This record gives sequence, C-alpha cells and structure tokens, in this order.
Amino acid sequence: MRPGASPAGEPRWLVPFVLACLFLLCALPLISLAKAGFAGLVSGNSIGVLTEPATYAAIRNTLVTATGGMLISLVIGALFAFAVALTDIRGKLTLSFAFMLPMMIPPQVTALAWVEMTGPASPLLKTLGIAPPLGSPQPLYSLFGISLLLGVQHAPLVFLALKAGLAASPRDGVEAARLSGASPFRVFLDIVAPLAAPGLIAGAAIAFVSGVGNFGIPAILGIPAGISVLPTLIYTRLASFGSGTFGEIALISSLIAAIAAAGLILQQRALAGRDYRIIGLSGANAAFSLGRFRVFVELGLAAILFLVLVAPLAALIASSLVPAYGVPLNWQTVSLRAYEEILFRQTMTLSAFTNSLFLASSAALGLLVVAVPAAYLMNRRKGVLSSTLGILIEIPYALPGIVLAVAFILTFAAPLPILNVSLYGTIWIILIAYFSSFLAVSLKPVMSAFLQMDPSLEEAARLSGAGFFRRMRDVILPLVAPAAGASIILVFLIAANELTVSALLWSAGTQTLGVAIFNLDDSGSSDLASALSVLVVILVMALMGALETLVNYLPEGVLPWRN
Amino acid sequence: MAQLILNHLTKDFGGGRPAVSDVSLTVREGGFLALLGPSGCGKTTVLRMIAGFEQPTDGSINYGERRLSDASRALPPEKRNMAMVFQSYALWPHMTVAENVGYPLKVRGISGETWRRRVGEALALVKLTDYAERRPAALSGGQRQRVALARCLVTSPDVVLLDEPLANLDQHLRKSMEETFRIFHERSGATMVYVTHDQSEAMALATDVAVMSEGRLVQLAPPAEIYARPEGTVVGGLIGRGSILRLALPEGAPRALEWPMLRAALDGAVKAGAGEAPVHEVLVRPEHVSLDGEGIALRVASCTFEGERFALTLSLPDGQTLKAYVERAVTPGETAHFVINRGWRL
Repeated sequence: MRPGASPAGEPRWLVPFVLACLFLLCALPLISLAKAGFAGLVSGNSIGVLTEPATYAAIRNTLVTATGGMLISLVIGALFAFAVALTDIRGKLTLSFAFMLPMMIPPQVTALAWVEMTGPASPLLKTLGIAPPLGSPQPLYSLFGISLLLGVQHAPLVFLALKAGLAASPRDGVEAARLSGASPFRVFLDIVAPLAAPGLIAGAAIAFVSGVGNFGIPAILGIPAGISVLPTLIYTRLASFGSGTFGEIALISSLIAAIAAAGLILQQRALAGRDYRIIGLSGANAAFSLGRFRVFVELGLAAILFLVLVAPLAALIASSLVPAYGVPLNWQTVSLRAYEEILFRQTMTLSAFTNSLFLASSAALGLLVVAVPAAYLMNRRKGVLSSTLGILIEIPYALPGIVLAVAFILTFAAPLPILNVSLYGTIWIILIAYFSSFLAVSLKPVMSAFLQMDPSLEEAARLSGAGFFRRMRDVILPLVAPAAGASIILVFLIAANELTVSALLWSAGTQTLGVAIFNLDDSGSSDLASALSVLVVILVMALMGALETLVNYLPEGVLPWRN
Repeated sequence: MAQLILNHLTKDFGGGRPAVSDVSLTVREGGFLALLGPSGCGKTTVLRMIAGFEQPTDGSINYGERRLSDASRALPPEKRNMAMVFQSYALWPHMTVAENVGYPLKVRGISGETWRRRVGEALALVKLTDYAERRPAALSGGQRQRVALARCLVTSPDVVLLDEPLANLDQHLRKSMEETFRIFHERSGATMVYVTHDQSEAMALATDVAVMSEGRLVQLAPPAEIYARPEGTVVGGLIGRGSILRLALPEGAPRALEWPMLRAALDGAVKAGAGEAPVHEVLVRPEHVSLDGEGIALRVASCTFEGERFALTLSLPDGQTLKAYVERAVTPGETAHFVINRGWRL
C-alpha cells in the first residue's frame, strides 16, 4: 500500500512533467512578451512606434484586409456549405475535398500561384495570349488583392464551421415546417438560416482572426507594393535591427493579439443567446431538391473551384516549367530546369528541405510525448488540474503564429541561464516555437480519441491487475494509435510548410521550405519559387491522401477537412 | 475467503451533500449483496470505492483483516484481486474474445498451455467457446455481457463487482442472464456486489439487499424480509408495487395491520378528520387487496389488463389512491367493495 497514493494511479512525475512542458510552451513566451512590451513602454525606447504614421497605416491595412478577407470567405464558404450540406447536388465528397485544399496549401504558395496567374508575366496568360502588356501593374499587389487571397485561403474555415452547424440541423424540424405548409424558401429563411447563424458567426470570427495573423499573403503581395500590415511590419522592423527593436516588436505583436482578441470577444457577444441545442433526430441532412437548377448550381460551384484552385495551380505549374521569366509556355520552351536547379544544384533549397523535414518530423513525433499524457490527464482528472491544462493549451492556440514567434524571440534572445548557450539563430528555437504553435494541432485528435474512449476500458485493465505502464501499453496506446497517427501526419503537414514562425526565426543555414519559397520569390527567381511550390503542393496532397486512407480508424472530427 | 466490511464509509466530492454518507455494512463470506436505489443515490460510488477507483473521504473498507482503503491510504485497484462487470462491459475492441478473457491471466504472468486451458474453461462456462477468435464488435449485447463475465471468472477473484450489468439488455435476455449470474455465483463462491436500480433483479439474485437513498444506507436485509417488513417510505415505495396510504391509527397499533384495524382507520378517513389519533404511513401491497362483498365501497379509477390479472387503481373518498390486483375486469367509474387483508406500518 502506498501512503497518500491517489486512486488515479498514474506515476507521481506525470502531472509535474505535463505542467512543466505546458508552462514552457504556453505560458513562458507570453510572459516574456508582456515583460518586453512593458519594458519598452517604461524605458520610452520603443514607445515611439505606437505614434508613428507607419504603424497607423499598418493597423488600418490590417483591419481592412482582415475584414475584406472575412467577407469574401463568408460569401464563398457559405455558398459551398449550404450547397453541400442542404441540397441534392452530386459529387459532394469531391467538392468538399477540393474546396478544403486551399486551407492546407501554405499561404505563400497560394499568393505566388495567384501572382503567376494574373500578372503581365504570367506564363499561363501569355500562353493563352491574353496577358496584359509588360510593365502594366500586377493587380494583386494591392489591398484588394490581399483581401481576396485571405478570403480564398480562409473560406474553408467558414465552410467547416457552417457545415458542422448545418449537419446538426434537425431533419424532423425541417419536415415539420414543410408539413406546416412552408415552401422550401420559407423553410430556409425561418428554420435553416437561424440555426446556421452560430456557425456563420464562428466561421466569420475564425476567418477574421486568421486574416489578422496571416503573414505569407501580405508578405508576397504587400511588400513589393509597399503596403504593410502588422505582421509584415514586425518582419521589416526585425530586419532593420536597432536598439529599441525588441520593445517595438513586442508592442506591435501586442496590437495584433489585441485585434485578434477583440474579434473573438465580438464573436462571443454575437453568439450569446444563440445556443440552439438540437432537440430530436439530426442524423441525415435536410435535403432541398434543386430540380432543374441543380446542374447550374453544380456548374457554378465547379467554376468557382476552377478559379480559386485549378487556375492558380495551373499557373504555378506553368511558371515552374518555363525556362526564363516572361517566356510563353509551349512544347518548344517547356523545361524541367527549375526542378533540376532546386533539387540538385541550389544548396539553399536542399538545406531548406533537410531543415523542414527535420523540424516537421521532430515536432510531429516530439509533440506526442506531451500531447498523449496531457490528453490523458485532462480526460481522467476533472477539476482544477484539467481546467488549468485547458487554459494553458488555449494560449498558443488563440494567438496568431506571428505573435508567438515574437514571444519566442524575446524568450530566447538572451543565452539560456546556467547552460549559457543561446538558442537564438539556431534551428532549435524554430523547433521549440513549432512545439508551441502546433501543440493544439497535435492534441486535438488524441484528445477526441480519449473523449470517445470509455473510461471503464482502463478501469477493467486495472482490475485485471495491470499497472500504469502495463495498461498504457496493452490498452490505452493501441486504442489511441490511429488518432496519434493522424496527429503526426497533420503536424508534419502543417509544420513542413510553415512560414510565419520561421520567417522571423530563421538565420543563415536554418531556412525552411516556407522561407526558401519566400526568398526565391523576393529575389526574382519566380521559376524556382514556383517549382518548389509545386513540390510542396504535391507533398500536401500526398499527406492528405494518406490521412484519407486512415479515416475509418479515426475518431470523428479529427481531419480538419472532414466532419 | 473473508468478509467485505464497509465501516462508516463516506465520499464527499465537494459539492454540497456527500455522495455517500456514513455507510456501514458487512457482506458475508460468499454472499451476494444487491445495492439498490434510485439513480444518484450513491450506490455506484460505493461500488467504485470497493473497486478502488475512488478513495473514501472518511471511513474505511476492509477485506477480512486487510485494509483496502481509508481516507489516507488506498490499495490501487490492480492489487485488490477483484473483478468487475461494467455497465458498458468494457471489452477491449482491439483484442479477440479469448485475449479479452485471458488478459488478467497474462498480466499475472500466466501463458502457454495453462493460459489456454483456463481461458477455455471460462469461455465454456458462458457458452462462448466457438467465439474465442472473434472481436467484441462482432458479438451481440448478450454475448459481450458473457465475455465480460468470463473475464471475471478466469482469475477466481475474491470479490466480483457488477455495475448495472443488465441495464443495456432487453427483457428476454435479462431473465437468462440472471440465471447465468446465479450459476456463476454458486460455482465461484466469490463475494458479489451487484448495483442496480431494478428491484426485481435485486430480489431475484441477491442473498442480501441494501437499499440506499441520498447517499445513506436505509435498510439491509434478505429479499423476503425487506419485501415483507420495509423500513420507511423510501424502501416501502421502492420495493414491490405497493401504495402508501396516510391513515390515522390508534396509539400502540402494531406494525403488521389486519383488516379490522384498517377498516376502522379507513372509516375514520371517510369521516374526515374525526379522530385525534396520529397519522401513519401504511404500505398496502396490491395482492393484499381483494374484491369482497364484506368490504368497504371504493370507486374504481382505472382498470388495466396485465395478462395474468387486472390491475385496478382505486380512489379513497379523501382522494388517496390504492392499487389492487383482481381476477375480473371492473369498469372504471363503478364502485365496488374491497377488503384490505394486510397492511404494514412504515
């Protein structure tokens, strides 16, 4: 008998271990951020940044592009969600998968693809013979362009939030309304639309917050045009390093955090009193028959998909195959030189591949070591511990990645105490920041696996005589294995393409794939950037395909593009 | 074999009323105790404290001389040599039926021929020998139940705990599983503790029934005893389908009431508020009410055909209702004469 032993029966070090990990990954960076921001304010070194016209312009641009992006996301996302969830159109699975793709494609690749599609040098337009004359401005290098691409990038978020709400809409409620004499349009207006409102509000909020924190799109579209938003302002400030820089970037990222928080608070307000718990059966979706309009709706959706997905990707592929900037693509000019260059010649891209693969696989595997025990504790131990863990995990989840990156710079800028080693400028600071950024991504599948697991399965193993590690090995781990697999692939998928965090944290020799694409584009090698982007898109699709094959073994709601 | 002793057992989760409050009872060697009560009465918490999943905030649990838990120390479940049939059966979906049943043996380091023999015996007892290589997902509810039972059998545990094991089965299957439990109890000789909210299950299986209400133990007695002589309105209302009447009885009335005294009390009720006698709660079983010309006239409020008999609801003049089982139908609204042969003062 162990004196004072808790009946929970896990080893004593487990709780301190999980708490320490989560403190290091979630709370510490935020504390450093607050400290640096406060110090910047007090010393007066950095306070000037708040009154500069450049900062005002960046705030205004951030608000304009995030709001514009949110509106575009709402229109496209809602259209697809209503069509897929409520009508009898064909090919819903394919449509959903294709529509979700832009979310998984890294933003800098999306931006690059659109630039290749629309500009005067576009190989696609040139090949088709409809390119504007050389020297005419690239229409996407504008606030509108940034908004449009943010809208396309984040439309899947609205789609998902709304579809989840609609999938739960009560079939019998709709049928009862039809029997009460309401026309399909009235049913939509009186029953479906009010039930869809919470999903729409939640989707709008996620789209807005994601727009505020996005770095890839405004970096590719805004920097060449001299349009700066808050995330790109941090990037340029850090590049022109000065005495007050740390205080300044701390203050700017606090602004981003504040705008994101305001968006979320607004969402809470709008959602208050809209808790429509579904009463009754909700299994099958309410299907509205479109009749002879069906084919037009299907064509319309396909046209949108062509415009936001197929055409930009085609442009990207086209520009990766031309031998030089501005040359039209045809059978005489097609060349694989760009691929040859990035795969075999350029040491920069080669080391980017190595770095990204190392970072992504270490983050994916390493995070499981934290995520599995944390999910276990949060499910098994209700009360103070569980809610503390929950709050800690929410911190990096709610913060835009750029804010987190700044927080890590501030945390690790100085050499580590005792060891006297500086992580700043090494690959390890990127890895720790990834751990923090993707903790929530890694945790979610494992958490839902635990939620869906009957706790008596473990209790039965205990009564059978199995101690902690024995029942972990024999019962718990086999049962969460599929979800853990999904978690590994998801983190790998997102981390391998990540730009926001690594753009701030990289230095010579530690550039990632995201940084490599950005730098290649920045230095005018759009063909190499395109080729690298094509490889990235292929990687994304391959990993999504791998996850699709796992889908039958996964708890529901694990794959972000399915529900 | 030894006695399982709960001594002033208390569990407070920290939300107002304790979930279990001062429960003391002893399960005799090889006994079959049914813990009976409405949902939320604390019976499952008692079971989980016996298993070791919850630690008492006060009091203690002993198995013979051995202290299992008290407020400061607890033997972990894996060291208690107990087994449990969970309400959800808790079969591991990634193991076959044989692996599920044999897991407690495997943990104890038993493998090879001994393992196969003992798993085979356990499966034979629950008649699932042919299903050994299947996965739990491929079994029906009743078969899963039997796998869970076989898993309990395989290690000859000291105490077997059953948490509403029949709650998820249909009526027909329940009857046959009750039979299986009884055989299992006779063969294994293990002490069994059975949690249920279904009084007929408790009465059919247990050697002792403990009725709990709001965290407290209300009565502990063998089934026949608790049916005939329930203590208090909670037990009276829970066991059987009796009606509880409020009647004015003379000073010094016995617990077991006969017709003459009941008749006098009912007449008193008719002449509303006549006597000074204190009002008592009296349990009347429907099988003790009969149609009889000698009796008093009562209005029949409803009549339901139940196959082997008719169940009547009778209205007393003061509005109280009474249930009765009779052999022939009576049209609702009519008045007929009834005799109450027996009553039990609660």
